[in-house]
Amino acid sequence: MTAGKDGVMASAEAVPLRRWLPRVPDRFAALGAVLLVLVVLSAILAPWLAPYPMGELRPLEQLRPPSGAHWFGTDQVGRDVFSQILYGGRTSLFIAVAVLGVSAVVGVTLGVVAGYAGGWLRDVIMRVTDVFLAFPALLLSLAMAVVLQPSVNTVVLAIAVTWWPWYTRLAASMAASIATRSYVDAARCLGVPAPLIILRHVLPNSLTPVLVQLSLDAGGVILTSAALSYLGLGAQEPTAEWGLMVQQGQTLFTTNWWVVTFPGLAILVTAFAFNVLGEGLRNALDPRSGTARVVK
Amino acid sequence: MIEVRDLRVRYGGRLVADVPELDVGAGECVAIVGESGSGKSTTLLSLLGLTPDAEISGQVRVCGVEVLTASPRRLREIRGARVALVMQSPQAALSPATRLGVLMRRALKLHGVGNGSAKGSAEIMAEAVAAVMLDPEILTRYPHEVSGGQAQRFALALAIALGAEVILADEPTSALDVTVQAEVVGVLRRLRAERGLALLLVSHDLALVSTIADRVLVMKDGAVVESGPAARVLAEPRHPYTRELLEAVLSVPGASL
Repeated sequence: MTAGKDGVMASAEAVPLRRWLPRVPDRFAALGAVLLVLVVLSAILAPWLAPYPMGELRPLEQLRPPSGAHWFGTDQVGRDVFSQILYGGRTSLFIAVAVLGVSAVVGVTLGVVAGYAGGWLRDVIMRVTDVFLAFPALLLSLAMAVVLQPSVNTVVLAIAVTWWPWYTRLAASMAASIATRSYVDAARCLGVPAPLIILRHVLPNSLTPVLVQLSLDAGGVILTSAALSYLGLGAQEPTAEWGLMVQQGQTLFTTNWWVVTFPGLAILVTAFAFNVLGEGLRNALDPRSGTARVVK
Repeated sequence: MIEVRDLRVRYGGRLVADVPELDVGAGECVAIVGESGSGKSTTLLSLLGLTPDAEISGQVRVCGVEVLTASPRRLREIRGARVALVMQSPQAALSPATRLGVLMRRALKLHGVGNGSAKGSAEIMAEAVAAVMLDPEILTRYPHEVSGGQAQRFALALAIALGAEVILADEPTSALDVTVQAEVVGVLRRLRAERGLALLLVSHDLALVSTIADRVLVMKDGAVVESGPAARVLAEPRHPYTRELLEAVLSVPGASL
């Protein structure tokens, strides 16, 4: 936070400035956190919050505009858009958590091993990682989704395949720098075997940037899964999913805007929330941002 | 406890340390002095087999183990448990997210000290911490919550708890304040006197060396240029380089050995 630097020559008007400046990024992050809590809660509590059951067709109430009975209107088969969005949030968040969980576990495990071990083991792991990174991510996901049966699990697999290498790279670079720290030398001097050093010292001290990256990536995963669903390669009827809803409603945009606009907004808000939260975390945790203690 | 004969350490063909003879017995203190890059630290690390990329020849026997030919498993057994290394920057040597007590308990468990019983290791830990004159409360703290001197004494406590017979110290006081240095040196001397620990010290601090070392090896560019009893080497240096080192200290007004 830059405001602290001129503390020496603090003048009368510098005080309110200093009270303001550091808070701005925190406020964005707080906004992201609040939005995210709302999205997560509404997804978890969907069965209780949703005014209509998931996928309930009301043939007599097709394409109703937003009203007291249907806050976000109804779609072309008479489903309540608000209820579908609540249930769709479950799918999208599940996909985000599953993709990032798989990517982080696989990527970080390989990364810390590569970073700590160095030598031929690192070369092997990093070259395999590079091969995966060489493909355009969305294209690889698309290819996977086409080969496999379209479903939510396919989406998870297809996105995770393109996502884990980033975590390998991140963790490997962190682990390589941690491996040169004195406390790792000290552990070696104490006769601690390499796997234990990785588990107890390299891994925990490499996780901060991974956490930030997870938060920043969650929005991207939701966007990608929406894209796959939009292309018909992801979630299928009757699963509620935001990308699928956008795809089904797109032709109605000029006549019945609510069918496509509200699920689109849901995607936007969720991706935004994850992003600002991630930015906030990064600012708070990144030693280079100047807020953390000075490292020799 | 330490016997070194014709140790030569090369990195990529370049000779970085050449030590024809180095012996440290129980209760003895030997110091290696020299400027940065003179091969002091390399010599120290090679005693624990911690110079993986180097080509090493000669004979290194530490606590009865032939270090250069020992299996990794055998080396891990002596590291820490019988030979402790104290590092230059004490806080950096402690894993930041681990409480000191947890760290010590894990180290004890790793080497099977205290028979794995919680009570046994708690007693050993309390005794070790008291031996270096630290408050037992230190064990509940994280590394960033302790001072450099406390961290360095904790490192010594760890060595005591593990029952180390040899302490290798790489510039153990250079990162500390003068007053704190005295504390650490005091603890080192007591450990040596009371427990008969063998101490091998690497330092460029001749004042420290003169107060604690029995014998001194002077290294320059990887080679031992002079060695002998500390009193003799520091009082009547024979090699020009030793004289240079001494003059560097003495030329500072008010400095004395």
